[in-house]
Amino acid sequence: MLAQQIVNAISLGGVYALFALGFTLVFGVLNVVNLAHGAIFMLGAYAALQTVLQLRLPLLASVFVAMLITGAAGWLVDYLIFAPLRARKAPHLAPLIATIGLAIVLTSLVEGYFGPANLRFPLEVLPVETLSIGAARITWLEVRIIFLAFLLMGVLLWGLKKTRVGCALRALAESPKAAALLGVDVEGLFRVTSMIAAVLGGVAGVLIALYTNAVFPHMGQSMLHKGIAVVILGGMGDIRGALLGGFFLGFAEVFSVAYIGSTMRDAVAFGLLFAILLLRPQGLFGKAAQRRA
Amino acid sequence: MELLESFWATYSTLVLSVGTNVLLALSIYLTLACGLLTVGNAAFMGIGAYTAALFTLKTSTPFVFALLLGALLPALVALAIGRPTLRLSGVYLAMATLAFGEIVRILILNAENLTGGALGLNAIPQLTDAFEVALAIAITLYILLRLAASRIGLIMAAICQDETATDLMGLNVPAYKLFVFVLGAAIAGLAGGLNAHFTFFISPNEYGFERGVEILAMGVLGGAGSPWGAVIGAVLITLLPEILRGLGHYRPLINGVILIVIIIYSPRGIWDLLRSLRWSARARAAN
Repeated sequence: MLAQQIVNAISLGGVYALFALGFTLVFGVLNVVNLAHGAIFMLGAYAALQTVLQLRLPLLASVFVAMLITGAAGWLVDYLIFAPLRARKAPHLAPLIATIGLAIVLTSLVEGYFGPANLRFPLEVLPVETLSIGAARITWLEVRIIFLAFLLMGVLLWGLKKTRVGCALRALAESPKAAALLGVDVEGLFRVTSMIAAVLGGVAGVLIALYTNAVFPHMGQSMLHKGIAVVILGGMGDIRGALLGGFFLGFAEVFSVAYIGSTMRDAVAFGLLFAILLLRPQGLFGKAAQRRA
Repeated sequence: MELLESFWATYSTLVLSVGTNVLLALSIYLTLACGLLTVGNAAFMGIGAYTAALFTLKTSTPFVFALLLGALLPALVALAIGRPTLRLSGVYLAMATLAFGEIVRILILNAENLTGGALGLNAIPQLTDAFEVALAIAITLYILLRLAASRIGLIMAAICQDETATDLMGLNVPAYKLFVFVLGAAIAGLAGGLNAHFTFFISPNEYGFERGVEILAMGVLGGAGSPWGAVIGAVLITLLPEILRGLGHYRPLINGVILIVIIIYSPRGIWDLLRSLRWSARARAAN
């Protein structure tokens, strides 16, 4: 029982962390609270589902298609919305309102085209064989979800730490002006960041869609709430905080459902959040008043 | 006269919605004018709506008193949570108020004996008419316009510009912040009470995250420079979906696009845009 819960918590927490990474990256680098991140998440799930349903491609290919489409969406979002707002030196609330509009646009586009119904992956494409580790039974699907989530997180952390682009990104998060003076292509990096963040959100969408086998236009909404909770837990704009926060929420959810019951679960989660904000506004793992990426 | 009556029969709900949304936008204008980003007004609206509705449903309280109680309780809640919460700034304040809103929604959802839980409250008498809404808006607008023109309005603008500098001038910044937060909560509660008495039915999910974000959008889109900005934002956001009704399925799509376009071309809100247009017209006239 306990081992089983731990496995569930890790797979759920991994997806939460992936989603929150994208959210926190955009906040840390672009300084935008991206309320459309949930809609991008939903877009990823639909892209993968339609690849499987209409093109009859295998699951792994559908993940790549989803990455491609959400990546393009992230690029476009920066090109069409964030860049003009930066050029106009808009106050920091303006992009937030624009992302509300964007979330409405994406959700209604998908709802208009695919309908409001709950869609599913055909069962024959989902691997059902299970793997027993001690008392816990994991499906191969879960194994793949966990593997993919950890792979992407690893690549992102490695990239930020070791590559030139990652180094430039960290400089940009510290101070856009100083980064520009050092010869960093600030505008280009903003666009790349928006793209990477959207890809992370999109993959999280695919993984949740596979995990729960439910794809519907408003699926991004509750995920957005959770993503915000995770990012606050870890400290806004803090990469490692988002990772830890994701797993923290995954464990908190799975164990409170298993041992407390599900009715007051969300109240406990948000109550905790409220308390953390009042006691440690910089997040559980963050340092005071620092932005990092 | 007949024309007016048929208009009223068709559009009364819409007119009343515009009215309560104007009040909600005014409630967030107060905090926005101090540079405070809160999304808790939907929760205050919900507390007000449930308080007022429960008083008219379960006791024989006159409507006006029910409304006043519906404004009082959110104000008291705001007073209680205000001091610790308002120490936060920027996005953290937004997130804390968001979490507060979720807690309120979930508490209402779970207090089934009192609030009916997820099923909500039904058969609330339809007591709100246009006169009461208009009166509420007129009083609120009058108070806020006087406030904006007063010493307090100046202090609010100063806090918005630079909180530290205002503090260094010996002004009690936390007290002013608490004041606008509590006043905003009372106005949102009033709007909730009025709203509950013409929609017939209320449920906790009406006062969740989406509503909070909608209220914020009204305030920011209109512009926080003047209470009139909030009025413009509220009218626009409420009427836009109605004007686009002919577009059917893709109505929200166009609605979203318009929201984005306005905010890109007028990031400081419509009021700011109008004001700068007026200034440039005046400058041209002077030449």
